[in-house]
Amino acid sequence: MSDVRDNGYDDFLDAVEEDEPYYLESPSENGWLPPAVVDPNTGEGDLTEQPLPETGEVLTFTTTNVAGPAFSDDAPFVVAVAEFGPVKITGQLRDIESEEVEVGQEVTLDTDQTETTGDRLLVFRPA
Amino acid sequence: MVTGVRIAGVGMTPFGKQSDRTSRELFAAAADEAFTDADVSREAVEELFYGNFMGEFAEVQGHQGPLMANAAGVVAPATRLESACASGSAAVRQGVRAIRSGDADVVLVGGAERMTNISTAEATEALSAAADGLWEIKAGVTFPGAYSLMANRYFHEFGGDREDLAHIAVKNHENAVENDLAQFQRAIEIEDVLEAPTVSTPFGLYDCSPISDGAAAAVLVSDEFAEEHGLAAPIEITGSGQGVDNMSLQGRESIVETPAARRAGEMAFEDAGVGTDDIDVVEVHDCFTIAEVLALESLGFYEPGEAISAAREGETTIDGDLPVNLSGGLKAKGHPVGATGCAQLTEMTKLLRGDHVNSDAVSDASVGLTHNAGGTVASCIVHVLEVVE
Repeated sequence: MSDVRDNGYDDFLDAVEEDEPYYLESPSENGWLPPAVVDPNTGEGDLTEQPLPETGEVLTFTTTNVAGPAFSDDAPFVVAVAEFGPVKITGQLRDIESEEVEVGQEVTLDTDQTETTGDRLLVFRPA
Repeated sequence: MVTGVRIAGVGMTPFGKQSDRTSRELFAAAADEAFTDADVSREAVEELFYGNFMGEFAEVQGHQGPLMANAAGVVAPATRLESACASGSAAVRQGVRAIRSGDADVVLVGGAERMTNISTAEATEALSAAADGLWEIKAGVTFPGAYSLMANRYFHEFGGDREDLAHIAVKNHENAVENDLAQFQRAIEIEDVLEAPTVSTPFGLYDCSPISDGAAAAVLVSDEFAEEHGLAAPIEITGSGQGVDNMSLQGRESIVETPAARRAGEMAFEDAGVGTDDIDVVEVHDCFTIAEVLALESLGFYEPGEAISAAREGETTIDGDLPVNLSGGLKAKGHPVGATGCAQLTEMTKLLRGDHVNSDAVSDASVGLTHNAGGTVASCIVHVLEVVE
């Protein structure tokens, strides 16, 4: 596990662990995850931090059986994209069997470590 | 007046597992064939554009522009283009622009990728670098995984199932049976697809394009050069377009639409002065079965939610109204990433010229389209080819 931080990404994971997750809102009210200097769609600056909704909804998910070396000991695992208000987030599902997951499942956001490398990652747990 | 861009000659190595062949050897072979096909000397080339994605990972090789100029025997400015799986078309598009701008009359374009000299797990990791390094890769997203996320959302929004996708794999394998350059020259059945080991739900092994080694190249010339030198170059690139989208799926308004392809298609159609109704035959970027569906919808051949059944209904088969991927597509022809975009061009050129093994099926075709996507279609490049004689 590298000790070097990725600004924005690691700041967001820290905020999740401190129960204060946030997103960046542009003047057009589009939501983005850090790091972002401008709204990618409009080019607007002046992004402001807004509190992330406590629960999100799974939009899609997949069970991955064939993984790269960084996740070889984790496979099979379930990756999902969930919508938390104006932002979508990608993470792995925890505390639920893959057969029980459905689109629309309500989830909360958390962090965990991968089995293979011990790196932090974003995970979803049933709300 | 802007000059037309003729495809004077094309070359392509067989695609498949040939792990001991370096990318320079592969590209040299493809370029040599293209020069012979074009009847153009190497000395005439004024610029080289070369596509490659994962050379640093697979061969610990950067700075590939001059390397490939050396391999092809060309002493001319040489630049590598990297746009993930669309790298090959990025090279083609820069060649088109160089000729149209008047900077060059003859360019060599192409691409190559060596992938099977590393393990499947390593190749999977290398390919995932086309996704967002922070928000997708760190969550364990692989490329089959990313397209699976798109497929499962598609099923949720529009319906369809694994069997619909299986018909796409079966179709593209069937198209490749007589194609000696294809990696998989064998037909498969629906049951083979449905019963294959799962890679990432809903995809089994046959929903995924293979890991491949190979190269493709083309000699592009201006109208004036073709005329002055009496070249038989009956195919013109009349339309070129490129589109972009948010890098990650999570950054997009919709997970089942690929607006980069729509933008690239609209640009290429306007450039060529044609529309979907004018297109006779199509090569699209079917890296996974669902990708063919998304491509046909984004390009405007089908409304959203309607292309899922196109192969099952026989609309995109070799004898359908719109034959798709007569080369076998990435699915059966193979997908050496950096070569794929130019390989679509070489195969379409042969289909339209009449010297492809499947040309007889589209003997009246005069307009073809190629669609080459990078990542989960964060990049897309579309070209329109026409028979001009």
